[in-house]
Amino acid sequence: MTATDPVLRFESVRKAFGEQVILDDVSLEVPEHSVTVLIGASGSGKSTLLRCANLLEEIDDGAIWLDGEDITDPRVDADAVRRRIGVVFQAYNLFPHLNVLDNITLGPRRVHRVPRAEAERGALELLDRLGLAAKAKEYPDRLSGGQQQRVALVRAIVSEPRVLLLDEITAALDPELVTEVLSVVRDLKEQGRTMVLATHEMAFARDVADQVCFLADGVILERGTSAQVFGDPQHERTRRFLSRLSEAGRL
Amino acid sequence: MSGADVDSESADPVMERGPYAPSERRLAREAYRRSRTRRSALIATASTVAVAAVLFLVVTGSPGWPVTQKTFLSPHYAREALSPVLHGFVLNLELLAVCGPTILVLGLLIAAARTLRGPVFLPLRLLATAYVDFFRGFPLIILLLLIVFGVPALQLQGVTNDPIVLGGTALVINYSAYVAEVYRAGIESVHPSQRAAARSLGLTYTQTMRFVVLPQAIRRVVPALVNDMASLQKDTGLVYVGGAIDAVAAAHIMVASSFNYTPLVVAGLGFVILTIPMTRYADWLTRRTDRRRAQGGIV
Ligand SMILES: Nc1ncnc2c1ncn2[C@@H]1O[C@H](COP(=O)(O)OP(=O)(O)O)[C@@H](O)[C@H]1O
Ligand SMILES: [Mg+2]
Repeated sequence: MTATDPVLRFESVRKAFGEQVILDDVSLEVPEHSVTVLIGASGSGKSTLLRCANLLEEIDDGAIWLDGEDITDPRVDADAVRRRIGVVFQAYNLFPHLNVLDNITLGPRRVHRVPRAEAERGALELLDRLGLAAKAKEYPDRLSGGQQQRVALVRAIVSEPRVLLLDEITAALDPELVTEVLSVVRDLKEQGRTMVLATHEMAFARDVADQVCFLADGVILERGTSAQVFGDPQHERTRRFLSRLSEAGRL
Repeated sequence: MSGADVDSESADPVMERGPYAPSERRLAREAYRRSRTRRSALIATASTVAVAAVLFLVVTGSPGWPVTQKTFLSPHYAREALSPVLHGFVLNLELLAVCGPTILVLGLLIAAARTLRGPVFLPLRLLATAYVDFFRGFPLIILLLLIVFGVPALQLQGVTNDPIVLGGTALVINYSAYVAEVYRAGIESVHPSQRAAARSLGLTYTQTMRFVVLPQAIRRVVPALVNDMASLQKDTGLVYVGGAIDAVAAAHIMVASSFNYTPLVVAGLGFVILTIPMTRYADWLTRRTDRRRAQGGIV
């Protein structure tokens, strides 16, 4: 880990839904300009962890720190925190009543008070870089899944968040489209963005991750570089998870 | 391809963690949240009491208050009105119980007719559209008067002259036009991809409506429908124009003989009391739908 403070830090986070404890004691540091990949079985709490970081869920115990500020303190302004975090969901969650350009500029214009012309210039530049400039005036329903997800990525990064949270953003896409979305994520890594992503795309995870965390039983059971976790897993549970994946042809 | 095909296995205890005990931090947060809740409750109570006190002083301090109180809020006349007004309410409730379901079914049929595709159904579609256009714009009170006095004037064989039945008919005609539009808004709010998915399974147009579109549409519009039913419940009071003795008519009769308006106030409050459960029910339904659709969470 770097000597500088982490951008995002989870400290003994606990989250239960009713009786069911999803996150028991999760501690994790996300250094600046690094990519952290969360892996783990379906239902292991990856999404929940990301939703807690974006304050979409209230944690039961522990704390989450963003740039040294305890964002889970009940006194903080959640909206101000969310302004510094970009999120992309599995189901894109684009606003169907707004065209691509308006989807992207809604945040900058309404939250960050950027003038329309300027916001649209920035959005078009990003869209152009992803080969989507021609779709700026289209409505989300008329785009392919891959295009929608790339628009969602643009929407998340357009306001320059401190950290990007990506939750299985390719899970709803077919393989061809997966590549086009993942190449965008790779570019974002090149640009030095700080990211936390949950994924089942192990080849991609291996390739892009600076840090891999295996989530099971409400804790991070195993953590390390992708070489460590994929190459030489220490825990039986991790090994079994990975071997099941490779049987399924996903490694 | 699904990212969720890796199922979790029964947990083997990898490391022993002691039983969970809330940390200092959690306790402090909870204490803080409790104190915030207490504070907002206190502020809410104080501001409500203040507003109520000001209103009370302004109203009771006005120069005409003593006379107004006697004419509109006399305890004596209120007690006297209670029994006949309650008696009248039975009719209002009966009307609601018969007209409400009829309207809900008729409205759905009209809405479904309006969404039918294909040239064969053109006449039906046009008829339904014309019906809605006409009766949604036609003032209810005029419709009531026309039906209650116009139909008996026709002296048709076998057609009733009963003002209650005729009044109820007018309510059904008027409200089903409104309710049809509520249903239609719900039907149109269901995303086209749902229809596509259903038709791709081989479901026919009718099956698609019946099993996929309408269940979603109706769930969405239930609060609006409950709202319409609350409104219908008040408008049952209008049948008194034909001479039926409902709560309003009962109150009116007393006013005519005593020139004290308290019975009307009593009847009015009665309608409010009857409507409140329905409004609360609509609120509860909306909240439940919200909860089901949200992934949980606090925003
Ligand atoms: N709002 C909620 N209410 C109750 N249980 C929930 C809620 N959200 C998630 N869960 C449960 O939490 C567990 C973890 O879910 P999730 O974080 O989505 O897992 P993952 O993303 O790793 O597949 C699942 O068992 C899920 O059923
Ligand atoms: Mg998930």
